[in-house]
Amino acid sequence: MVRSPALRRFLHHPWVLGVLGLLTVFVMWFLATSSGMVDKLFLPGPGAVWLAGSDQFQQGILVKDAIASIQRVFLGFVISAGLALPIGIAMGTNRTICYLLEPLMGLIRYMPAPAFIPLLIIYFGLEELPKVMLIFIGTFFFNTLMIMDAVKFVPSELVETALTLGGRGLPILTRVVAPFIAPQVLDTYRINMASAWNLVIVAELVAANEGLGKRISLAQRFLRTDEIFVGLIVIGLIGLIIDLGFRFLMRRACSWAN
Amino acid sequence: MHLQVSNVSKSFGEGRDCKLVLENISFELVSGQFMALVGSSGSGKSTVMRLIAGLERPSEGTIHLDGERVQRPGSDRGMVFQKYSLYPWLTAAQNVAFGLSLQGRDKAEIRERTAYFLDVVGLADAARLLPRELSGGMQQRVAIARALATEPKVLLLDEPFGALDLQIRESMQEFLHDLWKTTGLTALLITHDIEEALLLAGTVHIMAPRPGRIVHTVAVQLDRSDLRHLRVSQPFLELREELASRLRSLDGSLL
Ligand SMILES: Nc1ncnc2c1ncn2[C@@H]1O[C@H](COP(=O)(O)OP(=O)(O)OP(=O)(O)O)[C@@H](O)[C@H]1O
Ligand SMILES: [Mg+2]
Repeated sequence: MVRSPALRRFLHHPWVLGVLGLLTVFVMWFLATSSGMVDKLFLPGPGAVWLAGSDQFQQGILVKDAIASIQRVFLGFVISAGLALPIGIAMGTNRTICYLLEPLMGLIRYMPAPAFIPLLIIYFGLEELPKVMLIFIGTFFFNTLMIMDAVKFVPSELVETALTLGGRGLPILTRVVAPFIAPQVLDTYRINMASAWNLVIVAELVAANEGLGKRISLAQRFLRTDEIFVGLIVIGLIGLIIDLGFRFLMRRACSWAN
Repeated sequence: MHLQVSNVSKSFGEGRDCKLVLENISFELVSGQFMALVGSSGSGKSTVMRLIAGLERPSEGTIHLDGERVQRPGSDRGMVFQKYSLYPWLTAAQNVAFGLSLQGRDKAEIRERTAYFLDVVGLADAARLLPRELSGGMQQRVAIARALATEPKVLLLDEPFGALDLQIRESMQEFLHDLWKTTGLTALLITHDIEEALLLAGTVHIMAPRPGRIVHTVAVQLDRSDLRHLRVSQPFLELREELASRLRSLDGSLL
């Protein structure tokens, strides 16, 4: 079909294909809405969504909402990631700790985090704490268990080599285990960051004064589908940026693992 | 240097699952000696080495190094594993420096010794390369340099060339022989390759499996001035055939 090899190479570039996929959906969206086939109330066109977005931006709501959501995610996730690292390493290196905690964590992990929302509201009210807690609950157990697994897969030769070179205790942890698991830990954080981002929106849908999720649930009340789309797109974009950030970090810090 | 392995037995597991892996192993190794343990797969060669390294404890018997009982791993017994065990995030030079910096030596000394031992194994040019950029043979040479850099009293080599293809293997054997001649190191080599053992070691112990035990010991007296020639010389081939048939008969007696 495609004759020129240069053109073919261009078309097979992952970015070109990715942009092509995005554009296709965008054009279909544009055609469907501008042809009048779909009721504007159900599916606003790209223009309407853009207008709603820039309107929110000019009023300063958009940035305020985004900051509110990002703050919650950041706080909850930093606590989760910070605690998961030592506990995951402890579980991966010490059998007693592993036997003690793994069944418990394995169990809680399968309790859907949003199901904790009512309880968290009863315990902590409607302020920031329950939302941060939700993100913590929703990511901590996954983070910990995935870090534990990474530690368990450290090849025994690497540890034993350090032992025969006179290493013992903490230096083995910091100089063998830590560098070896670094890429997997970053990847674990990247993956679980996505669920943190999901959870903050869920929490805000239930109860919040501001935040991207709150804005969506308000928009629903007034049938502002254009504002719902603004919220969805902004949430997606922020998530994508965070994901790319983690990938960038991984490529920079762990180039040996590629 | 005097390594003494006395009446060492080792079993894994407990109760009904208890499995005797080594039975009554005894031998001595002194400074400058090159010794090899040869045996089929599962005869417990690696276990002997892990016991000497202090990575496992004997069930019975004792291991002494210069009169001191071996209780745990330490840098006086350097070890090279069959599987490539370089730290993949460190360059060749950083790998060689790893043990030195664990010991907290000062920077100038680390730099100097690292350069020296990289040079000894002929990899001065590869100092800045990561392990994945090195061939299998080069990786094992870095591992040997890393083990030597901390000046162990004895170098333990567990099938260090087992994963290499034949040609590289032969050149690595010559490399190890030259290294032994020039540095006067003391080495215990594990291999299942009789030729390798005879080429390099002054003393060869043959091990039989289930349970692992030393069944035969040969003092090898061959002219090692030219290994390539030695490989095809008549006395070498005869000795090799004799040991090979011994090993075969061991396997046969199990059937
Ligand atoms: N930690 C362990 N727990 C239980 N059994 C073990 C353990 N380590 C070794 N063994 C058993 O001991 C026997 C000897 O193992 P070892 O690795 O010492 O043999 P080997 O001579 O080095 O074999 P190969 O040539 O395959 O490396 C094997 O049957 C093995 O299953
Ligand atoms: Mg072995």
